[in-house]
Amino acid sequence: MTRLSAAFAAARGQGRAALVTFVTAGDPSREATVEILTALVEGGADVIELGMPFTDPMADGPAIQAANLRSLGAGTRTADVLAIACEFRNRHPEVPLVLMGYANTMTRPDPATFAALAENAGVDGVICVDIPPEEADTLAPFGDYGLDVIRLATPTTDAARLPAVLSGASGFVYYVSVAGITGLQQAAQASIEDAVGKLKAATALPIAVGFGVRTPEQAAAIGRVADGVVVGSAIVDLVGQHGMDAPAPVRAYIQSLSAALAAARKEVA
Amino acid sequence: MTDTVTLPNSLRNQPDERGHFGQFGGRFVAETLMPLILDLEREYRAAKADPAFQAEFDDLMEHYVGRPSPLYYAERLTEALRESAPEGHGAKIYFKREELNHTGAHKINNCIGQILLAIRMGKTRIIAETGAGQHGVATATVAARFGLPCTIFMGAKDVERQKPNVFRMKLLGAEVHPVTSGAQTLKDAMNEALRDWVANVHDTFYIIGTAAGPHPYPELVRDFQSVIGTETKAQILRAEGRLPDLLIAAVGGGSNAIGLFHPFLDDRQVAMIGVEAAGKGIETGEHAASLTGGAPGILHGNRTYLLQDEDGQITEAHSISAGLDYPGIGPEHSWLHESGRVDYVPITDAEALDAFQLCCKLEGIIPALESSHALAAVPAKAREMRQDQIIVVNVSGRGDKDIFTVADALGFEL
Repeated sequence: MTRLSAAFAAARGQGRAALVTFVTAGDPSREATVEILTALVEGGADVIELGMPFTDPMADGPAIQAANLRSLGAGTRTADVLAIACEFRNRHPEVPLVLMGYANTMTRPDPATFAALAENAGVDGVICVDIPPEEADTLAPFGDYGLDVIRLATPTTDAARLPAVLSGASGFVYYVSVAGITGLQQAAQASIEDAVGKLKAATALPIAVGFGVRTPEQAAAIGRVADGVVVGSAIVDLVGQHGMDAPAPVRAYIQSLSAALAAARKEVA
Repeated sequence: MTDTVTLPNSLRNQPDERGHFGQFGGRFVAETLMPLILDLEREYRAAKADPAFQAEFDDLMEHYVGRPSPLYYAERLTEALRESAPEGHGAKIYFKREELNHTGAHKINNCIGQILLAIRMGKTRIIAETGAGQHGVATATVAARFGLPCTIFMGAKDVERQKPNVFRMKLLGAEVHPVTSGAQTLKDAMNEALRDWVANVHDTFYIIGTAAGPHPYPELVRDFQSVIGTETKAQILRAEGRLPDLLIAAVGGGSNAIGLFHPFLDDRQVAMIGVEAAGKGIETGEHAASLTGGAPGILHGNRTYLLQDEDGQITEAHSISAGLDYPGIGPEHSWLHESGRVDYVPITDAEALDAFQLCCKLEGIIPALESSHALAAVPAKAREMRQDQIIVVNVSGRGDKDIFTVADALGFEL
């Protein structure tokens, strides 16, 4: 069993959704990110998405754009992102970590070399925002190195297209609940429930739902129906606000989310 | 638009069904956009096969854009270069006069085609990115002509540098949205247009300004711009009774160049030069020459040559010509470069400025700084070619928009 499937299975065993948390690597610095990741785990995060900074984050809203610029401005290189992953793996041997970002930085110098470096750093998978199923062969080497390639489904992914999205998916399926960019608005609960139902009928992989999730209440509502809840921009905002002092507020915020998820399904029952 | 050629060895039957030109091109977009892009491709195939669509495009080209644009024999430039050429040398130089089009450049050809597609798809809102503002003006123009609301994304730095074009777009009824993210230039405007599009997929059509972006854009922009090469072929046959020996065009994203080149790709006797902007010189790092100074990568929906560092971070482009100031290039050019069919050469800011002035003085034509890059590659080639040989240069736009930049570079106070 991979770290990812173990994490989702453990959460399911506890009658709750897994908490999937995103931060941008190197924001505000390489050392600070390592401490922030530890705060995420201490707060109750089950899965870590480590954002690879990119000069042109075209699927991201203002919060994560700013985090990318802060990170690159601080001089973050790909080697630093992998060093952060490596340090995280040493500290937290069982917590899954996936890299999230854009194709151009994940395929340098070539996909196989990058996949080998990521695997060696203890990375479990990748979420590549701008590689749809039609271009999936670009990431084929990642599978060869045992890395999960997490696919994204969106409100525009219709029934005819869904099989193509799920074919070759592994780890979990990331349902992007809003047709838009990260961090701005949240989808209606009814549309999320409808979409998660359709995805669950089509795949046995865990379904994690993200985009626009900020409050414990929102997380709990999604956590009643989905296998995982993804929170990104809200954490990145805290990092932007508190900089080197971010670990404490991040830990407290994550605790509020994980408590809400732990209670979510019990309230219904 | 071009006919689809099915000869097995043709260079004109790219891209493949996945939108790939060899290893380049493709559809590297967020999943949210994929269904829309597939829809656009289906609709484009249907439009291409629909005589009514073609007829409407042709009618607007003739009566609204003012086509065909002339193929003009640049006699004084030809004579001047012959004076400094070896005996019997100095090729005959023709200009393809795209600068005479409505709105002053080739950009309008593509905008007409895309807005007809938008209307066919029932889209009710237009967005576009722009650098110097030429594509923004052309898009605002067709949006006004067809009565659709239009938002133009433009880097905040470019808004400041290109005030006359910002005002033109506003006069035409467009909303100009200054982009303050990233480096605040063309690539950031394109990022922001993609962000808007992904949030408004149901009603919005994105008119991309060059032969780049996710499939099918590189193909459809090329097809709409191929009116340039198709006309040139007929005009040169009428004027000279034979094909030219050399075509020269400037390449930023590369839409004017691919529009001129594509109809000639299978005419192996016709050589082609694409001119990249070398800015202050390739060796200074301040340039926009993706093929000469870049490496293959993935940005804005396609795999192509990009200016980037070893981690794949995109680096800033520089050119005196805002229209060439982009860190990428259309994927078909990357493919034509690697296949060797087209020769790509760098031309510096200084060389382009010299050519700009030469063209003004000898031909009474003020060329765009983009086109001046193409013109700058002419003299050396013309002098090494015989007098019975023919060069066609694409004068893709007029230079009125550039007079402030040129005055500044030459030290004139306006």
